Amino acid sequence: MVASRETLEARARILRAVRSWFEAQGFLEVDTPARVRSPGQEVHLDALPAGRGHWLITSPEYHMKRLVAAGLPRIVQIAKCWRDNESGPHHRGEFTMVEWYRANAPLEALADDSEALLRVAAAAAGRDPAALGLAAPFARTTVRDLWARHAGFAIGGDEDAAALRAKAMAAGVAVGTAVAWDDLFYQVFLDRIEPNLAAAGPTFVFDWPAPLAALARPKPADPRVVERFELYAGGLELANAFGELTDAVEQRRRFEEEARLRAARGRDVYPIDEALLAALPRMPPTAGIALGFDRLVMLVLGLGDIAEVAAFGDERVG
Amino acid sequence: MYDTSDIRKGLKIMIDGAPYTIVEFQFVKPGKGAAFTRTKMKNLLTGAVLERNLRSGDKLEPADVETKTMQYLYADADSFIFMDTTTYDQVNIPKGTVGESADFMPENINVEVLFFNGRAVAVSLPNFIEQAIVETDPGFRGDTATGATKPAKISTGASINVPLFINVGDVIKIDTRTGQYLERLSRA
Repeated sequence: MVASRETLEARARILRAVRSWFEAQGFLEVDTPARVRSPGQEVHLDALPAGRGHWLITSPEYHMKRLVAAGLPRIVQIAKCWRDNESGPHHRGEFTMVEWYRANAPLEALADDSEALLRVAAAAAGRDPAALGLAAPFARTTVRDLWARHAGFAIGGDEDAAALRAKAMAAGVAVGTAVAWDDLFYQVFLDRIEPNLAAAGPTFVFDWPAPLAALARPKPADPRVVERFELYAGGLELANAFGELTDAVEQRRRFEEEARLRAARGRDVYPIDEALLAALPRMPPTAGIALGFDRLVMLVLGLGDIAEVAAFGDERVG
Repeated sequence: MYDTSDIRKGLKIMIDGAPYTIVEFQFVKPGKGAAFTRTKMKNLLTGAVLERNLRSGDKLEPADVETKTMQYLYADADSFIFMDTTTYDQVNIPKGTVGESADFMPENINVEVLFFNGRAVAVSLPNFIEQAIVETDPGFRGDTATGATKPAKISTGASINVPLFINVGDVIKIDTRTGQYLERLSRA
């Protein structure tokens, strides 16, 4: 399964339209290193080794945040990223990410951007946004609301993992051997929430529980959740956005915790990105987002496998 | 033990004490969470379909199951006697295990027998069998209204609904999954 000529042409048109949309919004397109010493430290991501202590980026976020801190308030990058051990209809080891940052803007501004961008992509591909369900304002909900509606129990964000496991099991979710908070969360998510999201129209899911904070800052009004949203459309997880954490002390604590978890699970541990930590205090309040470009093409062309939207999409990576 | 990277169609694993076979699977990695394999599997004893999200690293116990092609020979009071078509070994399988499949299991037919922990637990028939009618009322000439049927018996004793034009000795094709008459293959 590989991209047809028509798909490659549509992909090129979508790419051009995305670029010019960002330019029209006053974004500066940047190009940061693909080969780095400190790839994403996230517990469930594996970088591909790139020689002499370097790795290929799993996301361009660390360098892009340094640019924001250095005084570039609106930047975008269309970057190749690599993730080892990821292969499936929605995953390829090598993929294209559209990542952008808005300094001094609320997280909601990125949701507005994403809505506009999906319509721009549909139009560029010659598809009617209304026929794709993209014309009306996208639904905006929260993790807690989805849980209340579909999971069969309430989630707070401050319960401990043992309590979460007990609640999930009482609700009839097969949680297997999961004992970590995030693993339990995603067992329930896959069992109860995602099937409902896949059937719904495009939806922003806001307010993620604090244990899934990653690089997001706590929500001032309710620190049990963080400023984060994910965008789902057509059964695809399209984008993830953060109100970026700018507290270098808290960020170091999270990096160290992630490094400890990585070591405990037998994964490669990457050096902490000291340049990023040094830049964070100079970073203004910023919202940042990553959107999977290949999945965007899948969505607007109605294709079900990521291999169908990339040239040589069937060649294995990693 | 297997882990999630071993998952493929047809892999036989134990879930909650019962043997299952993988029917469908897909790699998923939600949010910033762990990798999972979304899996649809079929219970080999009951046929019930189960969906499970298996987390990367979860261990899976292999199910000790084996399928053998066997020929049905004859029945005694409480079991059916089958012969392994490769080794010629004979096994007795309780009538309860064969269940309603017996209706469409004429003597000498080859079936697939599923063994779980060395014990026969299920018998599956070919989807279609050919059988001669051993008993049915004569058809009424002229009564050809569409859909009109009458009962007819085959050698196993099972009764099925056939069109009125079918007579004793006609060979017909039957779908063993539904018990339905499909067509007449030859006339008496």
